[in-house]
Amino acid sequence: MRLLSGINWIGTQTLHYLDEAGVSLLLLLKVLRGLFKRPFPFRLTTQQMEEVGVRSLPVVIITAIFTGAVLALQTYSGFKRFGAEGLVGTVVALSMTRELGPVLASIMVAGRVGSSMAAELGTMRVTEQIDALITLATDPVHYLVVPRFVASLIMLPFLVVFADLLGIIGGYIVAVNVLGTSSTTYINRTLQYLEFSDVSVGLVKAAVFGMIIALIGCQMGFYTEGGAEGVGRATTRAVVGASILILISNYFLTAFLF
Amino acid sequence: MSDQPTIRVRDLKKAFGTKVVLDGANLEVWPGESVVVIGQSGVGKSVLIKCIIGILTPDAGTIEIDGELTTEAGFRNMDAVRRKFGMLFQYAALFDSLKVWENVGFGLMRHSNLKPDKVREVAEEKLRMVGLPGILDLMPSELSGGMRKRVGLARAIAMEPKIILYDEPTTGLDPIRADSINDLIIQLREELGVASITITHDMTSAYKIADRITMLYKGKLIATGTPDEIRGSDNPYIQQFIHGRAEGPIRDE
Repeated sequence: MRLLSGINWIGTQTLHYLDEAGVSLLLLLKVLRGLFKRPFPFRLTTQQMEEVGVRSLPVVIITAIFTGAVLALQTYSGFKRFGAEGLVGTVVALSMTRELGPVLASIMVAGRVGSSMAAELGTMRVTEQIDALITLATDPVHYLVVPRFVASLIMLPFLVVFADLLGIIGGYIVAVNVLGTSSTTYINRTLQYLEFSDVSVGLVKAAVFGMIIALIGCQMGFYTEGGAEGVGRATTRAVVGASILILISNYFLTAFLF
Repeated sequence: MSDQPTIRVRDLKKAFGTKVVLDGANLEVWPGESVVVIGQSGVGKSVLIKCIIGILTPDAGTIEIDGELTTEAGFRNMDAVRRKFGMLFQYAALFDSLKVWENVGFGLMRHSNLKPDKVREVAEEKLRMVGLPGILDLMPSELSGGMRKRVGLARAIAMEPKIILYDEPTTGLDPIRADSINDLIIQLREELGVASITITHDMTSAYKIADRITMLYKGKLIATGTPDEIRGSDNPYIQQFIHGRAEGPIRDE
């Protein structure tokens, strides 16, 4: 019996996730259609760009500096064992631009912005504000989701540029001031091996992650049920869902894009 | 009276999962008429008006607005139909990120070519109609429940609709405020000549504002009549409801 109920549980969960995936896909289609619907909501989009981009900057900066710094520490202690301490700058730069910049910045933004999108739209749902938009002949996807989607899509790559740069600077500070690497070695080794594609593919990833954050955040909010408790649940699911999707899609993006 | 009802609902059905909410509801609203739908909490009165304005899609049945069949598959003109409506929500549903005047003028900002200054003027005029002048720049969070409802009403009438849907307009207000909302509803009908559907379980309000009252029970509109006819109805369901008795044919399920 326990085995059966276990299988039952797996089946139910699978159906649930397929159902959610279907809803995501439908919402994505509505958003894509909404992108071409005039008038484009410029003012709302710039508001969201400020929220997603400018306000997330401090969090992203701190995350990036300390990630770069700890990478330098760890790489140094490993590479010293075979005399390759000089390559710390290279490892920091490649790791930051290809993986950690996009992934960590996006996960931080998912926590900060994805959750607030879910909470805001969820509150609007349970207080009938989304219904009110419909009665005022306003498509709620066009009014609420499209600006958030476009803002995240545009701002995430910008944030990741900062994350890349500050990660490298964080690594530099530790390598030069703590580990005694010479400044020119660090800079030369960084520039010598870093290719443009390392950065550009990282930025493409960031754009994809931006879409994921907005889509999942908005979806969880938009389809909230069950009052304040439902809003809380939606917020959690937005963060967890977006973070997991970021990590999974990151693997496939790396496999196909690099 | 014209020969065509403003709203005609036929055999409307709507279920959520296994819970059947509307099970063949029929309703007609004529131009300038005030129809009140009474019924217990949670029987689907809101679902009825949300189907009419196209927030929810019915499972079966038809809805005609001014002779236009809005429930037809592939009907693409719903936003144009919605502009004939204003709706007051139970908790006003004001947009809490926007100031009062932006709330009231929301439809005008989006669907007219009026400049923001002009929209503010219109908003002030509508707010004066509901007795709230001089609050244009407040945020909804700064308003009391009764004020929010009146701002919601100002928003509902801002586009000069032909039809207003009121979802529990007096619920949650003290009797004096509730009565001032009733007066407003009557005044709007007399001044603007709008048709309306009001959802309520407040019988005092229903008697005061209704041309016709109809009761929703088990997914159907079971009896319709003028306030006097409803008062004198021998239908035991109606008698139980309008007198608010726990004993009778209607049982809690």
